Amino acid sequence: MTKRYFVPLLVVTAAMFAYAPILIANAPYESTMGLVQKIFYFHVPSWFAMFTAVFICGIQSAIYLFRGRAASDRVAAAAGELAVVFGLLGLVTGPLWGRKSWGVWWQWDARLTIALLLELTFIAYLLVRKYGGPGSEKLAAAVGIFGMANVPFLYMSVNIWRTIHPPTSVVPTLPAGMPGPFWFSVAAFMLLLTILMTLRVRLEQQRAALDELYLALEE
Amino acid sequence: MLRRACLVVFSVVGSIAALAAQQPPGGFVPIEQLPPSEQLPSAPLLVAAYVFVWLALMVYVWSVWRRLGRVEAELRALEQKTRK
Amino acid sequence: MGQFLNVALLVLRKDVAIEVKSREILYTTLFFAVSCVLVFAFALVKEGRVVEDASAGILWIAVAFAGTLALGRTFERERYGETLRALLLAPAPRAAIYVGKLLGIVLLLAVAEVALVPLVALLFGAAFFARPLLLAGLLASGTIGFAAVGTLFAAMLVRSRSRDVMLPILLYPITVPVIIAGVRGTVAIAQAAPDEAVAAMWIGLLAAFDVVFVTLALWTFEPLMTE
Repeated sequence: MTKRYFVPLLVVTAAMFAYAPILIANAPYESTMGLVQKIFYFHVPSWFAMFTAVFICGIQSAIYLFRGRAASDRVAAAAGELAVVFGLLGLVTGPLWGRKSWGVWWQWDARLTIALLLELTFIAYLLVRKYGGPGSEKLAAAVGIFGMANVPFLYMSVNIWRTIHPPTSVVPTLPAGMPGPFWFSVAAFMLLLTILMTLRVRLEQQRAALDELYLALEE
Repeated sequence: MLRRACLVVFSVVGSIAALAAQQPPGGFVPIEQLPPSEQLPSAPLLVAAYVFVWLALMVYVWSVWRRLGRVEAELRALEQKTRK
Repeated sequence: MGQFLNVALLVLRKDVAIEVKSREILYTTLFFAVSCVLVFAFALVKEGRVVEDASAGILWIAVAFAGTLALGRTFERERYGETLRALLLAPAPRAAIYVGKLLGIVLLLAVAEVALVPLVALLFGAAFFARPLLLAGLLASGTIGFAAVGTLFAAMLVRSRSRDVMLPILLYPITVPVIIAGVRGTVAIAQAAPDEAVAAMWIGLLAAFDVVFVTLALWTFEPLMTE
């Protein structure tokens, strides 16, 4: 993640986020949910970004645990934190949308429930990193790996669990005019994830450099 | 370089996986069929969601920036000390 | 392979021997589970009847809470006696130690469940024994899944600070599929017309969970326990 690409990427991301509201405002209204459905343009991309961060964290955690690459631990830490951030975005925009379309704030919708469980798992990841004491990087790595491995099981069990309850109302296959702004928003969020990862990994790198300096001084 | 390629690949894969998981709905009550008393104004919710997303991201970026600043200041202070 | 099994069984026999002598963890876990059930009874029983399907939930929550406690106590005992380090220093495959501890926990929980299931069935009038084999399969696969993740996390937390509260925080989100599968499967068995296909499906999911997470645990135990 070199500094060379950072500023251009930042400019592009900012531009995309600035342009997105125009695209979203001009997108056709969803026939049954009206205006509030437009939350979908940043609710779903948040979920995509969280999902990606979860997988990055899990894979880098595995590399760190088995190969001992400190760089992987740093990326995993950054990804774990970003999973929680993007998860929070999704978990707040979801109920705001649901309040209008379902009439209630929370309805144990399968996707939101899965998001909530993953969020809790990765908050636990952050807690272990912070309060686990010495050697907590490895413990956190285990949480990251297990959290990632759990995703298919969460999907299966929560989805089956939810079919027993009344079905949820969600946007079906996208009608014409919506895929454009949607994929634009997805791209914008992915770029945002990249930018934030770069920044956050840099923080970890500087922390590691500081630790090394302290260690060198003691000798 | 490799890390960025990995990030791109994973984001694509993650998006496809997440999109594939979007299932068609089981049916829902269209808003028009609800009595007017039960209909909520949409605009405040949409605005609230948008504002929250912006605020949360700003707060996060500021938090990372601040932590980075503190660590770098400490680094510089230590380097100065070792040079003496 | 032979040595692996020998070490695992040795660890199991050691734990069983200690437990048979003092029975401390068994009694306290069992009594804790019973208290759990009573607390839920008072929370969820209305006019003498429990909220629909809640009996299955109460059973599995009691197992999960009691299991967490048992895990914490088992590894606390190891930590106190500093036996974990001794075990790890022994020229034995590390993963075998994990399997031995896992078997011990599963055995403990199995004994607790033998007491708990009839108790819950009695107190709440639940028809758990309509399909005893399916129930046994559900409980076995669910307990193994829960214990598999729990044993790994409890072992790795032994040397960490705030280990008591960390274990539930880490364990519960990851074992939610076990709880969902266990409860829904038990409900399918206990309902008026027992749905065997659904129960079998949940057992299948639990079996897959067990395979994946035991494998993951065996894989990660060694690097996690090495300093």
